[in-house]
Parts: sequence; structure tokens; C-alpha cells
Amino acid sequence: MAHGAADPVLDVRGLTVEFSTEGGVLRAVDDVSFEIGRGEIVGLVGESGAGKSLTSEAILRLIRCPPGRVRGEVRFRGQNLLTLGERSLADIRGKDIAMIFQNPGASLNPVFRVGEQMLEAMAVHVPERRAALRRRVLEILGRVGIPSPGTRARDYPHQFSGGMAQRVMIGMGISCMPSLLIADEPTTALDVTIQAQVLALIRRLARELGVAVLLVSHDLGIISQMCHRVLVMYAGRVVEQASVEAIFRAPAHPYTQGLIACLPRLEGTGKLGAIGGAMPGLAALPPGCRFHPRCPVSEPRCRVEAPPLGPLRPEHQVACHVARPS
Amino acid sequence: MTPTTPLLEVRDLVKHFPVRRHPLAALRRAAPARVVHAVDGVTFEVAAGETLGLVGESGCGKTTTGRLVLRAIEPTRGHIVFEGEDITSLPAGRLLPFRRKAQIVFQDPYSSLNPRMTVGAMVAEPIRVHRIAAGAEVEARVRSLLDMVGLSAEYARRYPHELSGGQRQRVGIARALAAGPRLVVADEAVSALDVSVRAQILNLFVELRERLGLAYLFVSHDLGVIRFVSHRVAVMYLGRLAEVAPASALFKQPLHPYTQALLAAIPAVGDGSTSIFDNPARLLEGELPNPIDLPRGCRFASRCPHRMSQCEEVEPALREAAPGHAVACHLYTEGGTP
Repeated sequence: MAHGAADPVLDVRGLTVEFSTEGGVLRAVDDVSFEIGRGEIVGLVGESGAGKSLTSEAILRLIRCPPGRVRGEVRFRGQNLLTLGERSLADIRGKDIAMIFQNPGASLNPVFRVGEQMLEAMAVHVPERRAALRRRVLEILGRVGIPSPGTRARDYPHQFSGGMAQRVMIGMGISCMPSLLIADEPTTALDVTIQAQVLALIRRLARELGVAVLLVSHDLGIISQMCHRVLVMYAGRVVEQASVEAIFRAPAHPYTQGLIACLPRLEGTGKLGAIGGAMPGLAALPPGCRFHPRCPVSEPRCRVEAPPLGPLRPEHQVACHVARPS
Repeated sequence: MTPTTPLLEVRDLVKHFPVRRHPLAALRRAAPARVVHAVDGVTFEVAAGETLGLVGESGCGKTTTGRLVLRAIEPTRGHIVFEGEDITSLPAGRLLPFRRKAQIVFQDPYSSLNPRMTVGAMVAEPIRVHRIAAGAEVEARVRSLLDMVGLSAEYARRYPHELSGGQRQRVGIARALAAGPRLVVADEAVSALDVSVRAQILNLFVELRERLGLAYLFVSHDLGVIRFVSHRVAVMYLGRLAEVAPASALFKQPLHPYTQALLAAIPAVGDGSTSIFDNPARLLEGELPNPIDLPRGCRFASRCPHRMSQCEEVEPALREAAPGHAVACHLYTEGGTP
């Protein structure tokens, strides 16, 4: 699938997130770069502590600074979000960039009717009369698959199931026709059949409305079924970046290979491939390649020299001395 | 191991939870007592050394079933037979021998361990309670249990906060094994773990089963996990079993429309060339009905793509459609065409 990489919707360059703590400065996201074109879904995958959620929060400037410190560039349609004034940023967030998070229930205000909340959120960005907005709320509820929108709009959030609440969040997100959707573990709290409905909806938004999507997930199955391109993160760094086909057909980084081998398959049993140990904490990162203590193919130089992310093939980058000997 | 008597037999197990009524509801005359039908007539067996996977979505009753089996909560009706003995109505005082043989591993290794106790003390507790050993022998047993779950002896002196999620779950398993059980109920025991750690713990479960001849009732919402550990699988929907079959048969040829939909909705790792999410026709619509006001006929009828008129009238019973493969669906009774 070809996507307009020439003119990306989002262009992230050298994004770095640090936190000052009593124990010193911790770098939670280290020099992350990628872009997302129109209608493209880019996946950010990794285990907890990899820095994938922080990356998405940094893009939206949701990280409190201090103690945080965010560097790099986040170009959204040409503007650098990291240096933009608060007012202009507020205009973009929620209108041109929509965001949905893991826990949809927590994102809705329990004391207001769902329809009202959607209307208020829209009224901030859309200069239309309330009657017109009300019609749009119903139209959007219908589009995200809420049955009988007229009745459901008058319900309170507790009357919605998790799947419906998440669809309401997506509905609010797309109500202003955003060009970028940032979805951070959008279906982790949902059951598998409901998850499928929500993910099919996101896939359709990208395909039919050309929305660019950044999908953060720990689930490699979801990533393989949803994304066009994938970034694999480990301990704050991108270790591999490629098209979804390349990542799943020919993973180059030992961590990516290990993660894929770890997954129980539906077609059979046999012992699972396992990566020994656990991801290191930020305060105790090993020198050299951060994956080397768990790596089955590490070499002496991996212990001292951090491998840079570089091209293995066109459009396939990997940070590994073994996969890409320099 | 006696092949004739299963280790665990569950017959027509029912658990209804009363819905707490509003204090003023009593003023209204004849307000009906309402119940949540959490588990509503469930029958299955687990043989010694066998793993039965119990899978379903949230609210289907799989966790409640696991707890009922252990008599952690009391069933409303039905029977639990363990090693040929009906333990359903044994008084609490006489349950100790059963408790020794049937243990549980919980989902969340962060809240299921006592933060004030060392790992050693926690693993020693069941050994003392069941008087399996005393004195210095306790310590030796703790060491061998820790070794069995892949932790070195020095972990005995550590506290839970010093351990990673995977290490905590290893402690949870050591604790469950301390009394020498024959059945372990694993309740979403790997769901809170990261992918790479989850694989380690799943391998450990299988290794321990082979080594100790354990039987597992493995409760999980994750079909990949269930496929990996189970010999047989029971699919639960709204308090009832929809299908019970050997794992290979269930995943190769699921019979119940719900099982089929569940399998179709799993985002299995593909090669990225196609997406199951681009073909919404295969995806199930709607959501689980309310477990308080259950539909009259088949519980799945409202979402079923093959719904027939009788499905809304008569609840299908769980029947064998092929040897060892049972399904509760009218498509497979006389007259129905699968």
C-alpha cells in the first residue's frame, strides 16, 4: 500500500523525553523519529516501560515539564507542536488531532449525558448552532455503530458498556474531522469481539477518511492486523522500523524475533520461544545495546557500543550490530 | 491415576448472585427479587494430569466457575465431586484435606502477595498450615519449591516489592504448589504479564504439569494462551457452556457460532498482507445481553448470524456432536443443518 510519505501528516524527529529525579536524569524516550502519511496507520509496539505511551504523550505535549523535558521536533502539517503557543496548541488538540486512550470510562464525565458532552466538545471547535450540532452528534453516534442514537445520547456514561464508551470517544475524536488520530492501547480494556468492532472502525477511518493513525499497542497480533508500518521500541529506543510485512515476515532485530516467537499460536502447541529476564528499568540501563543481557546472539561489542538505527534494506531500519554489521 | 474416575466432576453448577435492591424498593409491593445468573448450569470433568481451558469474555462466568470449584464461594445449586467425593456441602471444618489438593494461582501478582511477608514466609505458610513439614525441613521445602519455579534460594528473604511481575507470579505458583495439590485453578494467571514474561510463565506451567502430574483448570480470556496450555477447551457464554472439545478440534473446526465468531475476532499475528478488520461481515455485532434479564431461548441468539425461530424459544442443551466434542446449538440437533 503506497502512502504519501512525501508530505507526511506527522513528522517526528529526534524526539527525546527525560525526567529529572532524585537519582538523576532518566531518559525514557531516546531519539525517536518517524512519520505518518495520510491514511496510514503506524504502530508503536513494545512491552511496558518501552516508552511507547510517553512517545504519544510527548507528541501531544501532555507531559508535565518539569520534571519532564521534551526535545526534538514534532511537525504536524508543517508546524512544530513542541514550540507552538498554548492557544494554537489547544486549537489543534481535539480538533485536528484526536486522541483515544485505554480506559474509555475514565475519559467521560459521569454527571453529564453522553450527547451533551459530545456537543460541548464539538462546540469548542465548530462554530455552528446548537441544533445543528445536536444533529451531528446523532449522526456521529450512528456512524460509530451505537444503536438507537436518539435514546442513547440522553444516557449517562455509566449506562454505556466499555465498548460503547470507547466508540463514543472515537466518535468525539472524529467529530471535528481530524487529520491525525492517536490511539493509545484503545482496546486493551475491551473483550475480543468488541475489540474487533472498535479496531474495524479505526481501520475504516484511515481508509475512507484518510485519517493518519498512530496506534500504540503491546499486542503484536493487533499491530500485524492494523498497521501499515511498525516501530518496535525497547527500553526507550526504537530497535526496528519497517513495513508491517517486513516486520512479520523477516524480523531482523533479535528482540522483534523473540517477541514474535513468544506468542502462543492458534494453530499449534509446542514450547514457546521465550526471552529470558525482563526489560531493564530506566535507572539501571545496561551499557551498549540495551537488549544485550537478554539477547541470544550478542557479541562482545554489544556490551560496550550502542548500535545506531540504520538501514538494512530500503524502508527497513534496525539497531543491531549482528543484524547489520557495520 | 484411575482412568474411570475423573479428578474433578462438576455437575449442573449454578451460582446466582442477588442484586442489591434500592432501600426504598421494598416499599413497592411485589418487587421481584432479581439475580445475576453468573453461572447457570455448568457440567464438565477434569481428569488427573489434564488441562481444561475455560475461555470466554468478561462476565461470562469463567472466574466464578473457578472459584466455585474450589469452594471459595458457595454454589446456589449443583455438585462438585473431587476424587470421587462430593465436596459441595462438606462443612468448612472438613474441607482442609480438599484445600490441600486443590489450589489457585491468581491473575494479579501485585495484589495477591502479602507486601509485609517475605517470599520464604509466604511459601512456608501452606506447608505449616497443612502440617506437611516442621522445623528445619520447612526451609528445605521452600528452597526446593523456589527452585522448581525457577527462583534461586536467596529470593526467600526478599519482599514482593523487590520482585518483577514475572518473579511475583513464580512466587504465586510456588505458594500454590507448596501443599502438593493435584488440581490448580489458574485464574487469568498470565494476563497481567508482558509478552516475553508471559511466555516464560506459560512454559513453566506446562513444565510443572509434566513433572508433577498436575491437572489445571486454566481460566483465561486469551484464546492463544488457552490453545497453548489446554488439552480440552470449554467455551463459556453468559453462564453456560457453549462448546466443549479437545483443543485441536475446537480450533480447527469450531462448531458453535459463538466460538466461530470468537476465533474470527482474534487478531492473530499475520504477515501484514491482509487485515481481519477490513472484513466486518465476519465480526460479531452487538454485545453480551444483561445477565440479570436473560433471553428465553439461546443466550447467544441475539448476536447469532445463524439464528432460527426455535433459537428464541428453546434453550439448546450441551450435546455431543462428535466423539468428545459437545456443543449447545440447535444447528446440530435433528433438523438443523450446520
